[in-house]
Amino acid sequence: MLRFILHRLGHSLLLLFLVSMLGFTILHLAPGGPLSQFALSPGMSQAELAKIAERMGLNRPLPVQWFDWFTGLVIGDWGNSFRDGRAVLDIIAGHLFATLLLVISSTILSVGLGTLVGVLGATRRYSAFDYLATVGAMVALSIPTFWFGLVAIYVFSLKLGWLPSGNMYTIGDESVLDYARHLIMPSCVLALVQVAIWSRYMRSSMLDVIDQDFVRTARAKGLTRSRVLYGHVLRNALIPMITLAGIQLPTLLSGALVTETVFTWPGIGRLFLDSLGYNDYPVIMGVLMFTAIFVLLGNLIADIVVASVDPRVRLE
Amino acid sequence: MSSETGTKGAGISRRRLLQTGGAAMTLLMSGTAARRMAAQDASGQVIIGFSQEPTIMHPHMPHIEVDEGIHFNLFDPLWTVDPEGKFQPALVTEVPTVENGGISEDGLNWRIKLREDVTWHDGEPFSAKDVKFTIELQQDPNFGAMRRTGHELVRNIQIVNDHELTWEMASPFAPYPAILSWTFMVPAHILADAPDPNQTDFRNNPVGTGPFKFGERVAGNYILLNANTDYFGDGPYLEKAIWRYIPDMTVLYTQFRTGDIDVIGLQGIQPDRYEQASKMEDRVVVVAPSATVESISFNTEAPQFKDPEVRRALSLALDRKSIVEAIYYGIPEPTESFLPKESFYYNQDLPVAEFDVAKAAEVLDAAGWMPGADGIREKDGVRLSFKNSTTAGNSVREQAQQFIQQTYASIGVDMQISNLPPAVMWGEYWMMSQFDSVMVGINYTTGPDPDVSNYLSSDGISAQGGAGQNTWQYHNDKVDALLKKGGSLFVPEQRKEVYDEIQMLVHEDRPFLPIFQYANLRGHKAGLEGFEPNVNVRIETWNVGQWRWA
Repeated sequence: MLRFILHRLGHSLLLLFLVSMLGFTILHLAPGGPLSQFALSPGMSQAELAKIAERMGLNRPLPVQWFDWFTGLVIGDWGNSFRDGRAVLDIIAGHLFATLLLVISSTILSVGLGTLVGVLGATRRYSAFDYLATVGAMVALSIPTFWFGLVAIYVFSLKLGWLPSGNMYTIGDESVLDYARHLIMPSCVLALVQVAIWSRYMRSSMLDVIDQDFVRTARAKGLTRSRVLYGHVLRNALIPMITLAGIQLPTLLSGALVTETVFTWPGIGRLFLDSLGYNDYPVIMGVLMFTAIFVLLGNLIADIVVASVDPRVRLE
Repeated sequence: MSSETGTKGAGISRRRLLQTGGAAMTLLMSGTAARRMAAQDASGQVIIGFSQEPTIMHPHMPHIEVDEGIHFNLFDPLWTVDPEGKFQPALVTEVPTVENGGISEDGLNWRIKLREDVTWHDGEPFSAKDVKFTIELQQDPNFGAMRRTGHELVRNIQIVNDHELTWEMASPFAPYPAILSWTFMVPAHILADAPDPNQTDFRNNPVGTGPFKFGERVAGNYILLNANTDYFGDGPYLEKAIWRYIPDMTVLYTQFRTGDIDVIGLQGIQPDRYEQASKMEDRVVVVAPSATVESISFNTEAPQFKDPEVRRALSLALDRKSIVEAIYYGIPEPTESFLPKESFYYNQDLPVAEFDVAKAAEVLDAAGWMPGADGIREKDGVRLSFKNSTTAGNSVREQAQQFIQQTYASIGVDMQISNLPPAVMWGEYWMMSQFDSVMVGINYTTGPDPDVSNYLSSDGISAQGGAGQNTWQYHNDKVDALLKKGGSLFVPEQRKEVYDEIQMLVHEDRPFLPIFQYANLRGHKAGLEGFEPNVNVRIETWNVGQWRWA
């Protein structure tokens, strides 16, 4: 087990190194740069812009810039934002809370609901409920999050006035209840697609297991229906879900981007988009590296968990 | 996180005095003190929605216009400029002019008298030292200042006493009062000892003299300012001012409709929503004039555009009226000049550009541009085919481009639309004149001043080693001379003659074809008073200190 983890960690570090180099090069080679935003300021000239570039260290050769940045990365100094001069790690930490809050609450919602719908659909195959769930999942998957978010705002904020149309909290209130009120719409919107995906996977995974020999044996032993279902079928059907969760993690982050935009949720996705708009290289690279680490860790943890719950899987 | 009021001066503070004073005191209070009451009573808050995020609180570091929306409320310049283009004293007792002796006849000697009742947000008194420091900071070669124009000419700043100072100018420079109306004073006692002026905590923890104190900034979310209860001037009447960052235009508008934001600021209401927005109850939609002028701009050194007759023909074939009315919903106003119509210096006698496609074709025929085999005109091996670029993603402007493309095609001119992402567009492509033609909105002026040397003087061509933004590579010796003259005259009536002539010459030379002057759609909840658009500044939140709820 330990050898496996070390092995995978080594792989991951190599991958991160390559991601950093590739990302950095592509980013800097892309035409345009952080200076263009100042171009239309009154009295600006190319000479002044060149001076600003020099102050930002952007006039040095690319490998030097990369080396400088990478050594910083290793010792935990991820550089400072071109926009407000704050440390990249602080900025990411500031936005991470918002994203995690949104992603975790919507994941709890979607995993819970998705598993339930999937299990019910599988046990009552071809029932009215099953058909309804299937159609519902297809519809949910086809609705663009952006549109759905705006419709939700239209109905619940503009027409009914029940919920705030965006933001994470009311400035000056910031109580748990206030956070919760603001969280309802974005987390439901984000969860919508996830529920659809989870319920479909759960349903088919259940169906894979439900007809297997050991289930028949369990039934033949005279176990109750619920013991068979939850003790044998569900436990086995959940194993592929763990891998799925590992793969879904990054998609959840990117799905949060749209939700964050519609609900003015100050998370990582929006930070990344904003930084791209300004060519804020240190922050873009910071978010990129952070996401890469996140994805690799997610997969690693999923593998380890699968191995520990499924004795058939050996990691050596 | 909001910083405390800080150390108060010795004895009883103004606030304390007023609180314990009672009715008798109220009767005895002078006008200024009565106005200070406003700050005491500051109540309520306003939430302003911006589609861009202010991030740079240090007013002299490179920044963009949205940052100025905060600077105006944290800091004060020596004097401000009102919507009519007049200077109003802020930190000075009197705006220096040649008339009142503050500026010498030759424009070389300046004398500034400061108010004596101004304190920084941390309680330290504001004095002549701070003014000297602020101007010298702009000259500091180690500091990456946003603008040096004008400041570089200041010499020998002498502090006469705490509230008076003098300086000399290396040469007379008439736009300097306008530049100073945009130059926010920063505290010497905080910044002077910084080992590196570019690396200070000031950009995240600014201390000013303005009507609001810095509260906190939550990155990607909002900025909170708190009332400065010791403010020397009028206001503030609100306890808190909050700028919310809402990047998506649809969401920004939606939050204005739901009432989550009180004011819809940059970039406001989109033209296609104007009608719906004006019908909303409890909301006021404001058409705010802006000094930004939209134009088709030519690279006059490109072989297609070297011939002035080509530019004349393209002007004749430009249907400005339809662009404004059909594409921009009739909101902006067609214009003939680069100066805003509100300006005292706008030349009212400029002929209105005519739209006549047949005449445009005749002009090209007469100039020897004849249709080739493919129907596109050419002359001496140069085809009248060019690229037109603007920021990709601006759908309204793209519509205008397509509209112009069609009209031009009808006279045998091939305009190809080639739009670029902003970071590429406004990089060297623009600054170093690598384009054929662009569609661009530019604010040519510095506040109310008509000086446009940076854009139209031939020594401002960056592509030819100049220091400026004359990206058209426009060169007219007469305009050069007039710009020099206009920059050294201090009497407005004399200056107007010069700038009238410049506008006429540029109108004839047509390095760019002005289409319209922008008008921005802004809105606020009914009941908010004091919201006043100002064409002489770049942002609508220039006077939040005066805002109040009815």
